[in-house]
Amino acid sequence: MPIAWVLVAVAALFAIAALAPMTLSRRRAEAGTLIYGACAAACTLILVIALAALLGAVDAGGTLVLPLGLPWLGARFRIDALAAVFLVLVDLGGVAASLYAIGYGRHESAPGRVLPFYPAFLAGMNLVVVAADAFSFLVAWEFMSLTSWAMVMAHHHDAENRRAGYVYLVMASFGTLSLLLAFGLLAGAQGDYAFAAMRGAAHADWVAGTVLGLMLLGAGSKAGLVPLHVWLPLAHPAAPSHVSALMSGVMTKVAIYGFVRVVFDLAGPPAWWWSVVVLTLGSITAVLGVLHAVMQRDLKRLLAYSTVENVGIVFIGLGLALAFKANAMAGPAALALTAALFHAFNHSLFKSILFFGAGAVLTATGKRDIEALGGLIRRMPHVAYAFLGGCLAIAALPPLNGFVSEWMILQAILLSPALPQWGLKFLVPAAGAMLAFAAALAGACFVRAFGITFLGRPRSPEAAGAQDGDRWSTGVMKTLLGLCLVVGILPNFVIDALHPVSDLLVGGAMPAQSLLPHLSIVPISESRSSYSGLLVFLFILISTRLAIRVIHDFASRRVRRAPAWDCGWPDPNPATQYTADSFAQPLRRVFGPMAFRSRIEATMPPPGDPSPARLVLSLRDLVWDTFYAPIAGIVLAIAEKLNHLQFLTIRSYLSLVFAALVGLLLMVAVWA
Amino acid sequence: MILDLLVQGAQMILVLALAPLLLGFTRTVKSRLLRRRGPPVTQVYRDLLRLVRKEAVLADDASWLFRNAPYAIFSATWVAAALVPTFATGLHFSWAADLIVVTALLGSSRFFLALAGMDVGTAFGGIGSSREMLFSTLAEPAMIMIVFVVALVAGSTQLSEIAVFMVDHATLRVSLGLALIALIIVALAENARIPVDNPATHLELTMVHEAMILEYSGRHLAVIELAAALKLLLYMSLIGCIFVPWGMARPSSGFLPLVIGVATYVVKLAAGGFLLVLFETSIAKMRVFRAPEFLGSALMLGFLGTLLLFVSRSF
Repeated sequence: MPIAWVLVAVAALFAIAALAPMTLSRRRAEAGTLIYGACAAACTLILVIALAALLGAVDAGGTLVLPLGLPWLGARFRIDALAAVFLVLVDLGGVAASLYAIGYGRHESAPGRVLPFYPAFLAGMNLVVVAADAFSFLVAWEFMSLTSWAMVMAHHHDAENRRAGYVYLVMASFGTLSLLLAFGLLAGAQGDYAFAAMRGAAHADWVAGTVLGLMLLGAGSKAGLVPLHVWLPLAHPAAPSHVSALMSGVMTKVAIYGFVRVVFDLAGPPAWWWSVVVLTLGSITAVLGVLHAVMQRDLKRLLAYSTVENVGIVFIGLGLALAFKANAMAGPAALALTAALFHAFNHSLFKSILFFGAGAVLTATGKRDIEALGGLIRRMPHVAYAFLGGCLAIAALPPLNGFVSEWMILQAILLSPALPQWGLKFLVPAAGAMLAFAAALAGACFVRAFGITFLGRPRSPEAAGAQDGDRWSTGVMKTLLGLCLVVGILPNFVIDALHPVSDLLVGGAMPAQSLLPHLSIVPISESRSSYSGLLVFLFILISTRLAIRVIHDFASRRVRRAPAWDCGWPDPNPATQYTADSFAQPLRRVFGPMAFRSRIEATMPPPGDPSPARLVLSLRDLVWDTFYAPIAGIVLAIAEKLNHLQFLTIRSYLSLVFAALVGLLLMVAVWA
Repeated sequence: MILDLLVQGAQMILVLALAPLLLGFTRTVKSRLLRRRGPPVTQVYRDLLRLVRKEAVLADDASWLFRNAPYAIFSATWVAAALVPTFATGLHFSWAADLIVVTALLGSSRFFLALAGMDVGTAFGGIGSSREMLFSTLAEPAMIMIVFVVALVAGSTQLSEIAVFMVDHATLRVSLGLALIALIIVALAENARIPVDNPATHLELTMVHEAMILEYSGRHLAVIELAAALKLLLYMSLIGCIFVPWGMARPSSGFLPLVIGVATYVVKLAAGGFLLVLFETSIAKMRVFRAPEFLGSALMLGFLGTLLLFVSRSF
């Protein structure tokens, strides 16, 4: 039974985690190779099983009940189509991160703080996906949160990382609480925690609606939905880079899995207003995430904010799917759902590449601030190549994979005038505009990220002396880039693999794609829209080769090296280059006043005073200021007040205890 | 089948051959409107040939990306231009990509252009790239909104289908009018024309496009100039294909319609080029930070058109 094998692999991961501390006495490099290699093997096993289950090679339908956890409950595990898709996603990311870490982990300063938690983190994510009852789901979820928290805290001597860990822990606990309440509502008065029972039960409208809200809080906070995203850009960059890649590329997807599982599968038929909530949050998340990303100077934080953006795009797709599902339009719902899941998969691929690249840059230069980098394309050609590919993919440019999923979401939007509700008629085009805006901003964001980091001249001695990544890292990055390209030019097979999921969740599926001529994808009908990544790719390839050939054969191929022209006044000082902040300045000037309340204060010394002029730029995180600062203030104020309780006399404490007792007795009396 | 392939190939060659002519035509007409004699119409071809024969001078700090970007820019633009129906609809490969893909292909070419501008590490290149990306953050969503309008009216994002629909079911619609204005604004911005950017300027702090390609010379510059010419032609063809689709040959309709198609296409290009120049000579270039408002109006127009269509299918 495939699920048994998956659980064996998960148990193996736990065993690796338990044995990890023992290997630490050996030489660091060997211990890392051993542990990460074993993790890669376990993840490969699960990946193969999940692929086989998804493609229908093995029957994975049955539920396995293990006598674990609470004695009268047991723990249920099952692989259905949805779980198989996310197992593939989790373990593909897991294999890549583990192999990357074989090289990258050698530079880890404190391997003892990462190695034991890493396999447990992978195991936790896998368990969340295969769990088939609320109890095991929540335990696995909490496992995933706590192990990742431990790795966020790996470099805890840095005060910023400690703050990140604190915020993450608070948000994760809050999220789990919401999930607990959601499952409590779904289980109802009988308290049957198995997913099968929840699926079968009929839920009242208010129960289902509340569950949606709680899932948006619980899973949304883990996925990074605005305004619950504040921990994400702090915590993801704080962890070691391969863990950052897993958290951004994979753990946010596990959160999306939780949302899809409950909202599409367990909560019963959706009401149309659910999609309004999800679409609104998704659109805001996409735009706000990328606006923040384009302003960041820290490369890893930039990538974390771009994760927020992509989660928003996935939620736009999910919102559309909910809207169509609520109106019993199975075909369009399948298109939107497939697009959303496809985008989640794509994001896990290219975000892993980008975080791996950021890790390689960090190892080579010791810097995350892109203002201190530059010119790395000559010193780190392999990393630069893969990172460029990742940038192209995440900026949704054809023929890579990011474009295909966003194209499918746009096609789903074009089907939505048929929706009967007026609210959706106004909202969906706005969501489409936000999606297009976010995609365009992502282009600007990644031109800036790549251009400042890898192009130009080095802005610091560290950047000038950088070394290219090791073979493991660059090999993994290039393999993932190859996957991005293959998925981008042959999306048909991915779409067909997602067929059973949309059958399961929205009761319909997109037309089969893999037998179409020239491997084009046709979401609805050929007269409506079609796209052939393969053909576009071939066209581009052939015309590029043709252009190079013609010009080199029939014209000049001579090249002369000379100093840069720069309008006749080249300056050898690298500080005269355009910086990351100056690149973002036009965008900040246009969008900043609205999105960040950005202010620029210039203080000029009076004439004759030789002291330097100052320019102070302030950006405010409005989400933090609006939601979190007041809450934190209230909590602090209450804590301050309660502080008095610690300095009372013994008589006061005794009377307090007495009062509490009387109060409780009165309550019991009234209640009974 | 063979004929289909021939027609498709002919279109690829045709757009490549006509692009410099269109650019040269606009320059000549503009000079005449400014009471100058101006260069001959074929001057752009001569410039390109001269550039191609010269050696390429690379800055010391230029990387492999700098050398390869021109070809990537050119091929993405060429493929996009070849996918827009010009003189015939239903070309053999027309289903390979729709209007959204054409938009995104132009995005790919812009991505490489902006990176190439930053490669040498000069302040001019950076300023050009930064502003180009600012414009694109408004122009691209505006373009997607235009796609929405057209696709909702015609029920397809395939350009061939759209052209056929517009010929067969042509009616005046408010939303299409909004989309046309938005498309013209986007086209002006994307091709670095007045009032957003001045194609004739050099060494000026407000320039955008020219700043990015300042370090290019020789064959690389020629390839980029050709790509820019192709882009102008592409937007002209796009406006022609969506809003004035008359005269295009239908699939497998014989030789004569094809000839008529080519002839009307050339006439459309000439008319479009003349109107462009007339507009350019009658307006001043705007400050660079006014351009976002100009482009934002295109986005709003496109969005308004889409909303009208969502709310009522009859506008």
